[in-house]
Amino acid sequence: MNWLSAHGRAMQLALARLIAAPLNTLLSILGIGILLALPAGGQWLLEHLAALGRGAAATPQLTIFLQVEAERPAAEEIVARLKKRAEVAKVELLAREDTLERMKRQESLADVIAALPKNPFPDAIVVTPADENPVTLEALATEARQWRQVEAVQIDSDWARRLSALLHLARIGLGLLATLLGLGLVAITFNTIRLQVLTREAEVEVSRLLGATDAFIRRPFLWYGALLGLFGGAMAWLIVAAAMFALRLPVAELAQLYGIELELALPTLPFSAMLLGAAAFLGWLGAALSLRQQLRAP
Amino acid sequence: MIRFDRITKRYPPDITALAEISAEIGAGELVAITGHSGAGKSTLLKLIPAIERPTAGSLLFNGQNVGALPPRALPFLRRNMGLVFQDQKLLFDRNALANVLLPLEIAGFPPREARRRAEAALDKVGLLKRAKAMPIALSGGEQQRLAIARAVVHRPALLLADEPTAHLDTDTARDVANIFIEFHRVGVTVLVATYDASLFPSARCLALSQGRLV
Repeated sequence: MNWLSAHGRAMQLALARLIAAPLNTLLSILGIGILLALPAGGQWLLEHLAALGRGAAATPQLTIFLQVEAERPAAEEIVARLKKRAEVAKVELLAREDTLERMKRQESLADVIAALPKNPFPDAIVVTPADENPVTLEALATEARQWRQVEAVQIDSDWARRLSALLHLARIGLGLLATLLGLGLVAITFNTIRLQVLTREAEVEVSRLLGATDAFIRRPFLWYGALLGLFGGAMAWLIVAAAMFALRLPVAELAQLYGIELELALPTLPFSAMLLGAAAFLGWLGAALSLRQQLRAP
Repeated sequence: MIRFDRITKRYPPDITALAEISAEIGAGELVAITGHSGAGKSTLLKLIPAIERPTAGSLLFNGQNVGALPPRALPFLRRNMGLVFQDQKLLFDRNALANVLLPLEIAGFPPREARRRAEAALDKVGLLKRAKAMPIALSGGEQQRLAIARAVVHRPALLLADEPTAHLDTDTARDVANIFIEFHRVGVTVLVATYDASLFPSARCLALSQGRLV
């Protein structure tokens, strides 16, 4: 019998054993599914946030706010100075009168602004750097802060960098969580296979006496572990998909409050394949470790 | 086919099950190993498929020194033999046919061919009609015949049986013994451990007493 059909038979046998004890199988699958849904769901959310961060970080800008009492020539002088520099691609002056007009057009602010005795907005200069290197931008900001009549300098990509730092932290946290829960999955299959071997002790013994190789004896148990992991992974996928479906509207609404467009999607094919593959592998690993301990030749 | 050369088997702390056994069994022979309970019949049989290893001496099977075989070679050694155990070792979670199919699955027969052979083996021991029966539903004699079907289904050149007629009434024991004699007649080498050699009148007898040949 060739290698492929041997595995085919072992897989059939493992499937039959899984089906023969439906309640046990279902509980194991549910346990593995919940275990994997946490890191998988977290990872999937992170990918959404990371995509947001990428979109924003592509256009880092520097905004220089002048003192409110600064004269227009001072602003124009700074604009001219910036235009000469090599690291600057574009300079735009936002005159304080224009800003006031723009703010007045905002319904919610119109009343407030009308009540003010004078224009509260300073002149502002928006600088787009020639390259996206944050160090260049940072150096320029530090320098601009020293200039006369400059009140404040703000790097607009700040929030993107904060997000990226936050994502970094979240990734490490998720990695730890995934490692722990992955170990949990290995432990579940380890124990399940241990019980399987115990209930099939007679079969294992007789098979050995009838000339079965170790590989022949192990194969169905390994498939059992891998299939359990695979089905658990599928359960995790369903849980994640259901969570995304339930969270889609609330998250979109919340994001809108921050002026962000964020639409949760179902896991993509590569992500799903990775999830199922990892789950099956961990199930197989748990089974292999269990068999190593249990099936030592007498 | 089998050569025992001054085989000794001791169990700790100080029990000698077999002492300096030398014997030769040729291909196509029918040999009955006789002796009282505890004389070492089972131990002698278990040495051939390397279920037990001799403490001293050598055992050659088809020119191979069985005692020196590495564990990974044992499955292939055992596939040359058919084994009928004293306690039968049937699997009670599957029907008669599935029990007989097991050695063929182990040896890697394609399913259709395996099924054909398994049914032929069941037919040979008169159990074809009970193919779907679970072992627990079979009588003692039927269970023994099922164990024989499983032992011969892959057509081994050597058949080893440990007390195959124990626990059977006289008539059933005679039926079972006759099955072995049938196999011998078609060229299978048969080695039977039995307390009652009269069931195998045509057999050469190796009589054991307290671990020695007498």
